[in-house]
Amino acid sequence: MGLFDKHLAYRDAYKAIQQAGADPFKVRFDAVHSPTEGVVEGRPTILLGTNNYLGLTFDEEAIAASVKAVQERGTGTTGSRIANGSFEAHVELERDLAKFYGRKHAMVFTTGYQANLGVLSTLVGRGDHLILDADSHASIYDASRLGQAEVIRFRHNDPEDLAKRLRRLGDAPGERLIVVEGVYSMIGDVAPLKEIAAVKRELGGYLLVDEAHSMGVLGATGRGLAEAAGVEDDVDFIVGTFSKSLGAIGGFCVSNLDDFDVMRVVCRPYMFTASLPPAVVASTITALRRMIEQPQLRDRLNHNAKRLYDGLTALGFHTGPTASPVVASAMPDQERAIAMWNGLLQAGVYLNLALPPATPDSRPLLRASVSAAHTDDQIDAVLKTFAEVGAALGVIEPLKRARA
Amino acid sequence: METVTDLSLREIGVAASKVLGRPVEVRAESHIGRDLAVDSLALMNIIMELEDTFDISIPLDRLASVETAGDLSKLINDLRTRA
Repeated sequence: MGLFDKHLAYRDAYKAIQQAGADPFKVRFDAVHSPTEGVVEGRPTILLGTNNYLGLTFDEEAIAASVKAVQERGTGTTGSRIANGSFEAHVELERDLAKFYGRKHAMVFTTGYQANLGVLSTLVGRGDHLILDADSHASIYDASRLGQAEVIRFRHNDPEDLAKRLRRLGDAPGERLIVVEGVYSMIGDVAPLKEIAAVKRELGGYLLVDEAHSMGVLGATGRGLAEAAGVEDDVDFIVGTFSKSLGAIGGFCVSNLDDFDVMRVVCRPYMFTASLPPAVVASTITALRRMIEQPQLRDRLNHNAKRLYDGLTALGFHTGPTASPVVASAMPDQERAIAMWNGLLQAGVYLNLALPPATPDSRPLLRASVSAAHTDDQIDAVLKTFAEVGAALGVIEPLKRARA
Repeated sequence: METVTDLSLREIGVAASKVLGRPVEVRAESHIGRDLAVDSLALMNIIMELEDTFDISIPLDRLASVETAGDLSKLINDLRTRA
């Protein structure tokens, strides 16, 4: 018996996927020229799976700030903030985030994954109850294992089911923390947050919303679903990331709760890892400002999302329930999902292949994420490629293609 | 007479069949992963069904020690007694 023997089933499944063409989990970009253009195996490729919602990875001001920071402050902090101290920019970024969300406190983490891991495992502990949407991101599930709270799942996006499970807990002692996401990352569906907030008000508990995929995407000023749904006062904690709309890496949590800052000395995924490097903090501060300054990026993003979603739906692909910057097409089976993904890549379109159990309802998905930086021509080229590859593989009816 | 263990084992079978969309025959010694081919996500969905069947909360952190259907049945019976 070897250490890896328990993973043999995954190894065999992975090998089968590799044999079907390119390796979807090891795509190598020879070059990336812009938020929407790269080169794969010498082929110009439209990037349609990068979560680069506002296209800010190539923002000139953000790049300039990043370059300046690396020259003035060096390449890394080489330690955690509790041991090695903070750079002024870490504090500035936290101030900016608190101000943007209109909350008293903000705390920055090294990744979005660590933000969930740290916040969830610290807020609820032994004897408390962590109530998760069933389709929660892996970081939320992993957080539930790091903490000691009792973990209960409710049916995805179902406020009635949440209420039922909260009632079932009755007057059991311990705090309750309800965790939902703004936009769910696999098919781009949005939480019914107004109704979830109403359940929280009725039955008690705290509410945390992970706005990783909705920051900069939803809400009049880009604060996410809580803003869009008009329930910011009911949301006790917002967790988010810098790796999507803000084009870098890192995570954060904002809140109005007193004593929030005690997390800095008890939250292990914050304490025992190196803090974000100066270049990343600088570009994030600038990207946040650029996002606030340019609400038109959000309009452009939503225009592009609708263009892709409507186009794919008209072609006969099984898309998610609403147009959002995450546009997923459910594939009939894993074999055709892999073939379709390979066909698209060969034709110059890169997106994500998502396979069960990482997908809802055990369906293989082709997951596209749209950027404000995509042009109409790029979206139309993508639709044309989807139509051709989809019809060739029998994923859609060729007739639908003629109509599109 | 049906014992509580028989009842919870039968309901585990019903829940597993519903979640997996195929008939599942469950015995106390059935290993959930190996014999029933239930992955971690399917198990969590089966738990959600069983919570509704018995009107109890089955915290996921309690599943760490569950390997067989019999273990799960025992956990359910413990939680029902406590409730």
